[in-house]
Amino acid sequence: MNPNYLDFEQPIADLEAKIEELQLVGTDNDLNIGEEIAKLRDKSTKLTESIYSNLSAWDIVKVARHPQRPYATDYIKRVFTDWDELHGDRHFGDDKAIVGGIARLDGKPVMVIGEEKGRSVNEKVMRNFGMPKPEGYRKALRLMEMAERFKMPVITLIDTPGAYPGIDSEERGISESIAQNLAVMSRLRTPIICTVIGEGSSGGALAIGVGDHLNMLQYATYFVISPEGCANIIWKTVEKAPLAAEAMGVTSSVLEELGIVDETIPEPMGGAHRDMDLMAQRLRERLSHQLDTLAETPIDELLEKRYQRLLSYGN
Amino acid sequence: MSWLDKIVPKLTRSDAERGASRVPEGLWKKCVKCGAVLYRPELERNNDVCPKCDHHMRIGARRRLDTFLDEDGREEIGSEVEPIDRLKFKDVKKYKDRLSDAQKSTGEKDALVAMRGSVNGLPVVAVAFEFAFHGGSMGYVVGERFTRAAQVSLAENIPLVCFSATGGARMQEALISLMQMAKTSAVIERLKQQGTPYISIMTDPVYGGVSASLALLGDINAAEPGARSGFAGPAIIEQTIRQKLPKGFQRSEFLLDHGAIDMIIHRNEMRDKVSGLLSKLTGRSAA
Repeated sequence: MNPNYLDFEQPIADLEAKIEELQLVGTDNDLNIGEEIAKLRDKSTKLTESIYSNLSAWDIVKVARHPQRPYATDYIKRVFTDWDELHGDRHFGDDKAIVGGIARLDGKPVMVIGEEKGRSVNEKVMRNFGMPKPEGYRKALRLMEMAERFKMPVITLIDTPGAYPGIDSEERGISESIAQNLAVMSRLRTPIICTVIGEGSSGGALAIGVGDHLNMLQYATYFVISPEGCANIIWKTVEKAPLAAEAMGVTSSVLEELGIVDETIPEPMGGAHRDMDLMAQRLRERLSHQLDTLAETPIDELLEKRYQRLLSYGN
Repeated sequence: MSWLDKIVPKLTRSDAERGASRVPEGLWKKCVKCGAVLYRPELERNNDVCPKCDHHMRIGARRRLDTFLDEDGREEIGSEVEPIDRLKFKDVKKYKDRLSDAQKSTGEKDALVAMRGSVNGLPVVAVAFEFAFHGGSMGYVVGERFTRAAQVSLAENIPLVCFSATGGARMQEALISLMQMAKTSAVIERLKQQGTPYISIMTDPVYGGVSASLALLGDINAAEPGARSGFAGPAIIEQTIRQKLPKGFQRSEFLLDHGAIDMIIHRNEMRDKVSGLLSKLTGRSAA
């Protein structure tokens, strides 16, 4: 099994392996292999298209958690310019599961806040696998309030397996830190655009997810409890996670229908990780357009709209 | 089967058995903490607090509001809001059926009851979670009733008091339930901006999405003695960190010690304590 491909993608992996083999042969003799390779490439594209047009909710959860999926810092590098990272909550520490800072989008200053899982093993440990602690959410809050003072829009990138469930997290008030963000974001006097780029898990995702516009990348996922957690409670086994994912409707198409997600940003064929630059370009274009649109609404009106929308959830 | 069983009619026998078990079950209750067998009427007079060990037993939403509010002038808020199964959620059982089972066993439409009334003569809006209904979980109805109650508070500048008892968000309502966290937090923030007091009282237990929203946003956060509250449940934390949790972890006393709550309030002092606080916060005097 090729670790760069998910289980349901193995037929694609097999084809790609064949193509690679042929290419190696092709360099040492000039048999007419070019045509064969082109055919296989075509077949691989078609296969990817057909597999990806039929993904189950659980498959999408796997794509959202793909080890090569672009993370917040990958997008920060590609979507924004002139990035200055800002650190610390000013009370306890600097939580590296959340990155934040000032950058420019189309030349205009914005505050960017993202949850970051980390790529290498060392980085994953340093970033606590993208599971923020209270100081992470409090850093985010500090930066959002700063954005309000300097009239900068806030752009958040959501990607977390959840807020960290640990003794220290509880001791320092993880619940309060999340609750506080929800309260303040509901009235922050600057436009807020939130995008679920990978895994949006529960309160730990929502804590940077309240705003004027909610995007989801096509194969991102957003849930109140992980499919594994849900399966464990209902069926007493994580084996049933695919059923739980289906039942909870964890994908952008369901959430758009429910009126919770505003917009789904299409991913490159085979997922964002197949072409990070293209994905980043699409994200930049949408964010830039959305910011321009939000800027047309006077701030008081925008806040009233945000509030009414929050109140309407579930109606 | 003995000859006696054969000649005693079955009906009579089972009736007698039922009759025999009815007396102790109805009149006596065992304290889950100290094991004392307690005389029910006496226990009720003590607000379901064990007279032997002071354990605060779980009580239902209506009884909670009944023991808290003055007798006169109560009016329920949001009772017309009823659950909707938008996702047609089904696991081993349909969510719709789970709802009707819970409705039958509790007599409530959902897990939150909201009322306006007064406490020691001070006007309040009070809401209480019904833990027996689906673990007091927060879905659309809980969020909506809470919000409507808070809107009454906002419009009339009447303090809001919340008694929470919940396992967290209701997973059968998926993201709709998650969004109730944002919704309730938004309306609480409006109360805060307006200077209308909100007092949050956590009763055993308060976890997950409710803990990470409305339960910890009070101007004053308080808890009953021994109540457990946290974001993640102890089992999840133990599983993550692979070590045993310290004694008393996530209990009210722990929360007080770590600065999460302002005070611990004994159930028998709830009315006087809360009305005393509200009187100082609002400048109105209690009866």
